Amino acid sequence: METILLFAPLVGALIAGFGHGVIGDKAAQVLTTGLLFLSALLSWVVFLTFDGHTESIQILRWIESGTLSTDWAIRIDRLTTIMLIVITTVSALVHLYSIGYMAHDEHFRESESYRPRFFAYLSFFTFAMLMLVTSDNLLQLFFGWEGVGVASYLLIGFYIRKQSAGAAAIKAFVVNRVGDFGFLLGIFALYLVADSIKFDDIFLIGPELAAMELHFLWRDWNAANLIAFLLFVGAMGKSAQLILHTWLPDAMEGPTPVSALIHAATMVTAGVFLVCRMSPIMEFAPDTMSFVVFLGASTAFFAATVGLVQNDIKRVIAYSTCSQLGYMFVAAGLGVYSVAMFHLLTHAFFKAMLFLGAGSVIHGMHHEQDMRNYGDLRKKMPYTFWAMMIGTLAITGVGIPLTHYGFAGFLSKDAVIESAYAGTKGGYAFWMLVIAALFTSFYSWRLMFMTFFGSSRGDKHTHDHALESPTVMLVPLAVLAVGAIFSGMLFYKPFFGDHHKVEVFFGIVEDSKTQGADHADVGFSLIAPAHAASTAEPESHATTDHSDKPKKILDKLGKGAIYMSPANTVLDDAHHVHWLVKVSPFIAMALGFITAWLFYMTKLDLPRRVAESNPVLYRFLLNKWYFDEIYDVIFVRPAQWLGRTFWKLGDGKIIDGGINGLAMGIIPFFTKWAGRMQSGYIFTYAFGMVIGIAVLVTWMTIAGGK
Amino acid sequence: MSNLLSLVTFIPLVAAVILALLSRGDSEDSQRNVKYLALAATVFTFVASLMVLFGFDSSNTGFQFVEEHSWLLGMQYKMGVDGISVLFVMLTTFTMPLVIAASWNVSHRLKEYMIAFLVLETLMIGVFCALDLVLFYMFFEAGLIPMFLIIGIWGGKARIYASFKFFLYTFLGSVLMLVAMVAMFADAGTTDMAVLLTHNFGSETLDVFGFQILGGAQTLMWIAFFASFAVKMPMWPVHTWLPDAHVQAPTAGSVVLAAILLKMGGYGFLRFSLPMFPVASNLLAPLVFWLSAIAIVYTSLVALSQQDMKKLIAYSSVAHMGYVTMGIFAANQQGVDGAIFQMISHGFISGALFLCVGVIYDRMHTRDIDAYGGLVNRMPSYALIFLFFTMANVGLPGTSGFVGEFLTLMGIFQVNTWVAMFAASGVILSAAYALWLYRRVVLGDLIKESLKSITDMGRREKMIFAPLVVMTLLLGVYPALVLDIIGPSVAALVETYHSNVAAHGIVSTAASTASH
Repeated sequence: METILLFAPLVGALIAGFGHGVIGDKAAQVLTTGLLFLSALLSWVVFLTFDGHTESIQILRWIESGTLSTDWAIRIDRLTTIMLIVITTVSALVHLYSIGYMAHDEHFRESESYRPRFFAYLSFFTFAMLMLVTSDNLLQLFFGWEGVGVASYLLIGFYIRKQSAGAAAIKAFVVNRVGDFGFLLGIFALYLVADSIKFDDIFLIGPELAAMELHFLWRDWNAANLIAFLLFVGAMGKSAQLILHTWLPDAMEGPTPVSALIHAATMVTAGVFLVCRMSPIMEFAPDTMSFVVFLGASTAFFAATVGLVQNDIKRVIAYSTCSQLGYMFVAAGLGVYSVAMFHLLTHAFFKAMLFLGAGSVIHGMHHEQDMRNYGDLRKKMPYTFWAMMIGTLAITGVGIPLTHYGFAGFLSKDAVIESAYAGTKGGYAFWMLVIAALFTSFYSWRLMFMTFFGSSRGDKHTHDHALESPTVMLVPLAVLAVGAIFSGMLFYKPFFGDHHKVEVFFGIVEDSKTQGADHADVGFSLIAPAHAASTAEPESHATTDHSDKPKKILDKLGKGAIYMSPANTVLDDAHHVHWLVKVSPFIAMALGFITAWLFYMTKLDLPRRVAESNPVLYRFLLNKWYFDEIYDVIFVRPAQWLGRTFWKLGDGKIIDGGINGLAMGIIPFFTKWAGRMQSGYIFTYAFGMVIGIAVLVTWMTIAGGK
Repeated sequence: MSNLLSLVTFIPLVAAVILALLSRGDSEDSQRNVKYLALAATVFTFVASLMVLFGFDSSNTGFQFVEEHSWLLGMQYKMGVDGISVLFVMLTTFTMPLVIAASWNVSHRLKEYMIAFLVLETLMIGVFCALDLVLFYMFFEAGLIPMFLIIGIWGGKARIYASFKFFLYTFLGSVLMLVAMVAMFADAGTTDMAVLLTHNFGSETLDVFGFQILGGAQTLMWIAFFASFAVKMPMWPVHTWLPDAHVQAPTAGSVVLAAILLKMGGYGFLRFSLPMFPVASNLLAPLVFWLSAIAIVYTSLVALSQQDMKKLIAYSSVAHMGYVTMGIFAANQQGVDGAIFQMISHGFISGALFLCVGVIYDRMHTRDIDAYGGLVNRMPSYALIFLFFTMANVGLPGTSGFVGEFLTLMGIFQVNTWVAMFAASGVILSAAYALWLYRRVVLGDLIKESLKSITDMGRREKMIFAPLVVMTLLLGVYPALVLDIIGPSVAALVETYHSNVAAHGIVSTAASTASH
């Protein structure tokens, strides 16, 4: 079953990509979409029937050299099953949506058969992403990692005639490669100390790594910290964290369904997945983890500030994604991997929906993306409006404070923020995240108000012809809306609410019968969420369970999908933070909403006046903190300059010049001998060779007797 | 069959002789006959070499299919293959039919053209099979003559300059190698390479004109061989002949040059430098590492600023060969496995990339990148094939390009992390120049008037690429096909190397910093 769900997208991609001439455009679209729905169905079956025991399926040998041995394999554990449902569900819906979205495209001529290519890429992406999450070793993970990179490259550059799309595609690939560079070094370092890159082996050696020094570059480093850091550099690239984030906004050049699938719900979360996947090593790398928290918090803040002033609807959501990924990294860096995965899961639903909703608006507005030209679309696109509204309520975190009732983002984001408070004792990460939550609320509502409320701006003709999207695009929105509303409440317990349940859910400990009936197992809580959510939190069980038995906890190393060291109590502490901390994200959300209302619904000239009174700050934010410009000056131009210099000066003047100078002395001497024939060099050469052989043979004849 | 290797080696030569003697006239019929004969000969050679491959026992790390005869003037004719050389023979015989097929439209002095390639094939296979020093030298040096002719007669405008440069570089190297061979014979008393492999060349410190030479005779011989092989690879800074040679060579010549001729240097390091002069190799490995690391970064940067498609790919080749030299002298299983794998894989990938250039050069007669743009609009198949090999060149996992790069980097990481870091930065730069090239040539709108009527690849062209695509994918997904064959021989090589270094070594720099 796992094999089928893994390879179905690949089969679809191949048939659609190479066989669309035979089966036709329509059939190619239906086939890939159908196979994805099959994959999604199987994924849910795997997820719901998963019993906590990791299983592995070997498919084929891969790279084997000396003690290095890797296979193509499928590893199914809780982390994998979560990713499976996220990937296949969103992908299936995006496939369906794309049938409508890609039906007509002004970037292509009607006669061109671009649709099968699009669906083939989408399916190929899904396959690569599945390979990434089902891997049982770092190398196959890297295969998926690069595979999604290529798919992303192809899809960002899908509008082949558009220059900016081509540039954005290269940028995405190359910037990701910077991350991969670190990732590769991390794999090498890990192999050097562990002699293996299989998860089953490396998950057991965390304590050894923590006690080991490893020489890298100019000094010795703590092995665990070094390896964790290098791997995290890979995650920074893929998940667009600060320093390596510049490709993500540009990636919006691709068609909008791509942004929803790849650049919101799945690929960009691969970095978070990697950190969670490597938790048995991350747990022993405290310095790196602090860095992860710092960088995640900084990214969450940075991206949110830039999101405040962008006018392109997709860019706002792109920066929002960047920011939300920062939240996930904060959680992962604090060691509450389940919370990181929780936010990853809920975010996949509401962010995919926001993107698809934005796509619906763009589709209805004839590819207009500037929000300044929107306005008052509420009545023209009622379904899209409500979908976007639900998405906005989810991302801003609307819910009833101090209870577990609310939209998806309310539960998962608050879980991150509470963990940040507990983990950093109310430090930098906590404040950054709370401020980012305020900004998130502001730019999300700004987007809503500018798009759906107020008066219609921009081209009148476009507004007159603005249409609601077809059903095939609205159905995926409806499904995702369900996820955006309920996924938080549904999954609260197994991801965050209850320590014991988290451990059971992730297969770290067996569910013991003695826990009693109030510990509804996972399957039950899925079927009866209301019951599970309303059950009082039996935290006392959880705390006693691990504080008495440290030995048992160490035994947990290598068991289950994630590892949390006994010293890591953030998950429990997060439940005991002050109530003010618990309501802080709600307050931030409310403030953001009120400000946005003020700016974009009542005092319409306020945004302009604020921008004019702070021109430097405004331009700084509008130009995304000038990262692109700075990189151009310190990386791109010097590289080009170095290339030219090496070529003209190094190769041309110094190397060739030197050798030519040397040669001019010798050559005439030889050519005189060999005669002035057109191919004199060859004769000279042959002559030299014959002499050489003569010398050898003569020597042999003379010396042969000895 | 006891003379299978000789058969494989000399079939092309026999065909060349037949062509030279029997083919007359320039009529269409005779031209067709020439082409079909050449193709048949190379295909037959490939089939014969398959018998070598199937008969090859990879668990046996010694030489197999050995033939030994006395020859003129007391010279020995000795041939044989082991796990290190057998796949190079296969690479050669596999590539040549494609090269002939890619030359189907040549009409200028066709007979001589085919003869040159057939003779070249014999000489190349000979290099990888020869087990006698003199024999090796003859094959190795003579191989340049047909290549000279190919560049000089069928090449581009500046072919004389290119062949001049080619000559200069290789000549200097081979003179030194010859001297070293004489010295080896003087020391060991035999030219049998199988015996030389077990001979201990002196490694006591020598005093030459007041200079202390660590590693003694080994170091001197190592340097002499290095001069020849480094040029062949080519390694930085003696790489500048390659871009010029590639640019001037006809498409088929570029393919042979990139796919096979460059590999002779790597093979030489594996056959001579590493096993015969282990102490010197160990001593000088850091030099090779740094030259390799510089090559990777330097030539990748240079590739970024090229305007000529072939030059760009040529520079990319130099960078990829940097991984090979680095892997070889890392002298551990992953490094050497990776180096051999990289050479085989690079044969397919760079060969295919030069063929890609050839496809559009045949149509537009220019290699200038700016002359193209938007080809995807009229050449979708070409766009796909070119993209595939661009990605393989970039080292995408799932293609063969990844395996070699990954293993060599993994090998070097265990020895020197600085070098590993610089070399690994190649993964960023290669993505930059390769995708930049692809974008400028293939993507965008088709605006240029001259390209409006360009046609997509025909059936013959697709057929040439098909085997290369298959091999690139197959080895990328299931590299055991190669690694199983080379593994035992490489393990033996590495083990002997380290025990020799341990026994005679001065300082053990390359003995791995791994502390487990």
